[in-house]
Amino acid sequence: MNGMHDMGGMHGFGPVVREENEPVFHHEWEGRVFAMQRVTPVPIPGGSRNNIEQMDPIAYITSSYYEKWLHSRIKGLIDAGALTAEELEARVAFYRDHPEAPVPRREDPARRQRMQERLRRVVESPRLDLPIQPQFRLGAAVRARNMHPPGHTRLPRYVRGKRGVVARFYGIYAFQDAMPAGTEAPPQPLYAVRFDSRELWGASAEANSVVYIDMWESYLEQA
Amino acid sequence: MSGNHHDSHHPGPESSAALRTKALEALLVEKGLISTDVIDAVVRAYEQDIGPLNGARVVARAWVDAAYKQRLLADGTAAVAELGFGAPQDAEIVVLENTPTVHNVVVCTLCSCYPWAVLGLPPSWYKDYAYRSRVVREPRTVLREFGLEVPEAVEIRVWDSNSDVRYMVLPERPAGTEQMSEAELTALVTRDAMIGVANVQVPVRVGRG
Repeated sequence: MNGMHDMGGMHGFGPVVREENEPVFHHEWEGRVFAMQRVTPVPIPGGSRNNIEQMDPIAYITSSYYEKWLHSRIKGLIDAGALTAEELEARVAFYRDHPEAPVPRREDPARRQRMQERLRRVVESPRLDLPIQPQFRLGAAVRARNMHPPGHTRLPRYVRGKRGVVARFYGIYAFQDAMPAGTEAPPQPLYAVRFDSRELWGASAEANSVVYIDMWESYLEQA
Repeated sequence: MSGNHHDSHHPGPESSAALRTKALEALLVEKGLISTDVIDAVVRAYEQDIGPLNGARVVARAWVDAAYKQRLLADGTAAVAELGFGAPQDAEIVVLENTPTVHNVVVCTLCSCYPWAVLGLPPSWYKDYAYRSRVVREPRTVLREFGLEVPEAVEIRVWDSNSDVRYMVLPERPAGTEQMSEAELTALVTRDAMIGVANVQVPVRVGRG
């Protein structure tokens, strides 16, 4: 969707603000949100990123990073039927009135053991071993399709309609864009495509700079 | 920025996000969907174990071992796994080599994609709107704000991570480090250099030799 999140090339956000010796989490609740997002065994219908992108644009801009994660996790649980908005609001009101009340604890050593094994696991590629022939060769001149799907897509606006060159072929990957209800996304070849800055930004492009961005095959057409 | 700044030095009413998080955790525990010890373990792992030291070890190994560097550039995921690093995140890790003629820098304009297995969770500025919106359009200006002046003869490659591929920069090994051990080199490599917003610097020696 053409949402607030798709901000490559926007003006107006000012300088990049850095923080010395930044902690991983700035508040305890951020770490809890992060971990709950990772381990709660209830998949988010439509995906977590989609929930964040569908936020009201003003809420998107004014919410902090982990506030967006929290919103997405809660909406996902409600959409999946694992939680109701009423029970959540009732519990929020309870903790507002009883700030000293503890969060109930539950220990599950078997589950913790499995999680600690997962945390120690080495990184694995999500590349799929499927006999799909890529349509574009390295060096091929391509154009990113000028499309504006209302659902989740990983094709940012700033490259749509722009010409580039296929720079790398990564193999076959699951496609992440939203599909019509009831259809599954077939996996696709994935490439890195190189775009000259002048193609993207015209006369205002900075000297001797390029952007590489990953492209599933259906994002591309021959240029 | 927001005028709604909370002063963390004074205990006050909990923020709305903190309250909602507490309520959510309580309900998920009661429903048996999560357990407290698992949540604690995940928070601790990302606070203490899964961080940029992993990436620094990868970089230092590549600097001292040419065969490893070759494997790293050919198949980053396998070469990182070789050193035992991971994270419960499936990702294709692709390592981009800086050279005297090419400088690489990584961003995710759509969200916050980042190579957790080697760098841990991203710093706030990486997730903020200014970096995400600007570095694809004016990388030289942004890098200059980070204190990095890239000569015009050097091509800047901005990598916008939008798929399951996670990019890490292999910075140039600085001159004057020829005698250093792998452990000493590891200590030089910063998170920012592996994102591509800094080069690796050799600290000026003081009071020795």
